[in-house]
Amino acid sequence: MKVKQISVFLENKKGRLKKAVHALAKANINIRALSIADTSEFGILRLMVPDPELAKKVLEENNFVVKLNDVIAVEVPDRPGGLDKILGILTRADMNVEYIYAFVEKKSEKAIVVIRTEDIDEGIKVLKEANVPLLSSEDISTL
Amino acid sequence: MDEEKRKEIQLKRLQDTVKRAYENVPYYHRRFNELGIEPEDIEGLEDIKKLPFTTKQDLREAYPFGMFAVPDEDIIEVHTSSGTTGKPTVSGYTQKDIDLWSEVMARALTMAGAGRRDRIQNCYGYGLFTGGLGVHYGAQRIGATVIPISAGNTKRQIEIMQDFGTTILTCTPSYALYLAEVLQKENVKMDNLKLKAGVFGAEMWTEEMRDAIEERLGLTALNIYGLTEIIGPGVAMECQEKNGLHIFEDHFYPEIIDPETLKNLPPGKKGELVLTTLTREAMPIIRFRTRDITTLRKGECPCGRTLIRMDRITGRSDDMLKIRGVIVFPSQIEEALLKINGLEPHYQIVVTRPKYLDELEVQVEASPALFSDEVKHVEEVKKMIEEHLQREIGLRVNVTLVEPESLPRSEGKAIRVIDKRKF
Repeated sequence: MKVKQISVFLENKKGRLKKAVHALAKANINIRALSIADTSEFGILRLMVPDPELAKKVLEENNFVVKLNDVIAVEVPDRPGGLDKILGILTRADMNVEYIYAFVEKKSEKAIVVIRTEDIDEGIKVLKEANVPLLSSEDISTL
Repeated sequence: MDEEKRKEIQLKRLQDTVKRAYENVPYYHRRFNELGIEPEDIEGLEDIKKLPFTTKQDLREAYPFGMFAVPDEDIIEVHTSSGTTGKPTVSGYTQKDIDLWSEVMARALTMAGAGRRDRIQNCYGYGLFTGGLGVHYGAQRIGATVIPISAGNTKRQIEIMQDFGTTILTCTPSYALYLAEVLQKENVKMDNLKLKAGVFGAEMWTEEMRDAIEERLGLTALNIYGLTEIIGPGVAMECQEKNGLHIFEDHFYPEIIDPETLKNLPPGKKGELVLTTLTREAMPIIRFRTRDITTLRKGECPCGRTLIRMDRITGRSDDMLKIRGVIVFPSQIEEALLKINGLEPHYQIVVTRPKYLDELEVQVEASPALFSDEVKHVEEVKKMIEEHLQREIGLRVNVTLVEPESLPRSEGKAIRVIDKRKF
């Protein structure tokens, strides 16, 4: 099960992240999860939001370059070893992880891990076979 | 020489130049006719204002030999400008022109203290570039020993410098600094060097660079000026006072104009240098717009010379860029960028000189076609653009992706170039 993530290009400059986040706030979009990949020159802001299409539109209206892409979201028990188990499955299947970030869901005892494998479909297949619970876009929007 | 006498000679030579250009160069013949002027209209030096300007573009259109004023059999040598921007411009020389060039270069080297016993290590490139042979001819005219080592191979330069006891170094100022750095790295003792002067030119440089070169190489660093279109190096040269470059105005007549209004400016006012050759035989050039920004200074120099002086070049009147000695036009960069699919035609060029060497940065607006959620991919795109630009313009470029709409938009003339180098 793939879920949609939005990626935003940010210049590595003061106030850029604020501008993106502010645009989303004004449109009343709640950010569920966020990560930033930064290099010396630019950053990539990655977001999980309830309505990715809407968020993309809002950001583009504010002159941001935005991409929608697929990632995998899995639920892991919020305790030591939770992430390790997931990575173990991917490693055994010889899957490369491009990036990964995680957040804790407050209502349940679970942590949500967002994974971008080199090959998304392969990643999903491997995790499903190992009976890892995958989240759908719907799950994300109701978090 | 007193001013009146000099002016008399200049006028006579100007009249002769104008007549030869009108009679033998179709381009000038046409331009004069268009303006309704004849060589006889030049009755005094100030009448030069009636004459048309010659631009680099005019010379390009005459490529290769359209500006020659003598029959082919009288041409004994040709040189060209670097020509990185499409067609280069060609300069042709008769024997008399080579003699003239030797003469002005001999003067220039003499001003640096060169005599028959000096060994001149000439690291300007030999070839179509005028730097190498210009210094060579001047050195031979003096009777000094010229070491025609040409550019590059720094280790060998340093070896020869010590073994041969080089006394005068000729190269670009940035190469002089590079040599100094390598000398230091190789732990060469200053006692092993016999350098007394350096004749540096072919690019813009600063007083700070002069101080650094003088301190590190233990020599007197002097500035030389020239351009292929006029003759090559040897149009003007600094004396030991280091207070401006004496223009050899008995051969090259200088004017300063406002590059916007094209009106002449008096000495002491900063503007674009315009040069007219007074004695060139193969290629008389009238009112060439050098695009170099400087100021002319009258008055006697403590060195005793009465030749007019020009300040160090502080900029260019057009947006032509000279990066590490290579000429680049923003339009070239634009053309190259537009060949990349998905790239927005919004860009900005930033030129800096963090240490001694120029750096060229091209800022490009990110677009959905270039962007991805992976850092690796975005960096690959950046590298792809860098490599593409390098292939197209022949220079290493740093590409920076910036956010859409963050670069200035074209309002008539967009500011495409930010030159942060201090000259």
